[in-house]
Amino acid sequence: MANIGVFDVLGPIMIGPSSSHTAGAARLGKIAKTIVNKPIKEVTFLLHGSFRETYKGHGTDRALVAGILGMAPDDARLKDSIAIAESEGLTLHFTPADLGQVHPNTVKFLIKDCDDIMWEVLGSSIGGGLVKINEINGNKVQITGEYPTIITCHDDIPGTVAKISALFYEKQINIAYMTLVRSQKGKGATMTLEIDSPANDEIIEKIKNVEGVGRVIVINSLGGN
Amino acid sequence: MNIANSGQELLEICAAEQISLSEYAIRVEMETKEVSREELIAQMQKTLEVMREGATAGREKEVYSLSGLIGGDAYRLQQYHDKGNTLMGGGIVKAMAMAMSCSEVNGAMGKIVACPTAGSCGILPAVINTAGEILNKTDEELVTALFASAAIGMIIGKNATFAGAEGGCQAECGSAAAMAAGAVVELMGGTPQMSLDAAAIIFKNVLGLVCDPVAGLVEIPCAKRNVSGAINALCTADLVMAGVTSKIPFDDALSAMYKVGVNLPEELRETALGGCAATPTGKALQEKVFGKSEN
Repeated sequence: MANIGVFDVLGPIMIGPSSSHTAGAARLGKIAKTIVNKPIKEVTFLLHGSFRETYKGHGTDRALVAGILGMAPDDARLKDSIAIAESEGLTLHFTPADLGQVHPNTVKFLIKDCDDIMWEVLGSSIGGGLVKINEINGNKVQITGEYPTIITCHDDIPGTVAKISALFYEKQINIAYMTLVRSQKGKGATMTLEIDSPANDEIIEKIKNVEGVGRVIVINSLGGN
Repeated sequence: MNIANSGQELLEICAAEQISLSEYAIRVEMETKEVSREELIAQMQKTLEVMREGATAGREKEVYSLSGLIGGDAYRLQQYHDKGNTLMGGGIVKAMAMAMSCSEVNGAMGKIVACPTAGSCGILPAVINTAGEILNKTDEELVTALFASAAIGMIIGKNATFAGAEGGCQAECGSAAAMAAGAVVELMGGTPQMSLDAAAIIFKNVLGLVCDPVAGLVEIPCAKRNVSGAINALCTADLVMAGVTSKIPFDDALSAMYKVGVNLPEELRETALGGCAATPTGKALQEKVFGKSEN
């Protein structure tokens, strides 16, 4: 029996009509924007399952775009997000898709940033406004946006995990959840660390300097609800 | 402070500590979330304000949902109310208009409080604000009443579900009405036992209520179920304040709701495959909104 808080029952405060199809969609967009962490030029939204069938009636398209613009699920401008995005020069495409064995409320973001670099982010809205990011650029991850999150893409060699976790220990930052996935023995691995307090630039720089570490993605705070 | 796992435990804790349901919710939240009383009350005041705005917008001008399936009814109800020739009296008709307004605002991508869900977002705002107006209560008292509703909601969430996909409309609008009725009873000076009796009576009266949204949207029949839930809650508060008790206690009624809910066929649990959604008109409306189905 999980304990439920007062504002789990009376909340969230959100833009309607649906916690999973609207509020959750906005959160997914906002996490995708945070992952890219650079100005965005173009987004293609691949919509799966119930997102594909009902996105117009639930305003899922507007909510996803609102998130890409950095709006929280309770931002009153959410309804007009598509017009706002277009006025800012953002190109948007909504494409029905079959993304395979995934949650019924799933979207894949294909994002082109200001340097013409492409990003792929796959996420699902799992109910009550809660979300999960499952894949970034083909790498399996697990991000809920409830904790500050660090993702490292590194070579699958001994000691990498120990060196990175030691950096958190040095700064007395507690690791709440940790997942490690590799594509193949000795090749690339992806680690997701959900931590109890935000990581500063210093620690991120140190992680980037660990031998074999390539890209480091930081999701410090979503803000809003 | 102990955290209650059931209605019975909730009553025992309130009796032992000599506190109300609202005070229980405030204390538990302070302890588990490590926040101050002031912060909690400020957040609940903000919640009350969003509820009030949602309950007002659709009465002041016609609000239509994104799909166009619903809209304008809160405004119609308010006009009818203002003419003064209602059967049930001003308070009840205004409560109906408030519940309808929240549902219309939700469908129109306006701001609401999911209480407990977006689909049932009209019931608590309508009931709390109507009771507040009739009883001449301050915002502070209404905020306290919302904490009482949360105390009941926490037990429901722990032992059953709020999801229409799991327990049908009885889990969404039923839970909202149960929470609202219990809160009004506390607002009127009733005991925790009386609040839980009110919540139990609500569940008994909505047992079996299915979730059958036309086109899968939270509009038909959801908006009118919010109206019905609000009235149910207000009437039940009066029933209990008159001294009527629930012969089936809260925990039993809640467990019955949950068991009936999970036993509902899948067609009647938010899949839009049964009930109103599966009627010829329901299907035609779905086609109007989303175009012809591929199946």
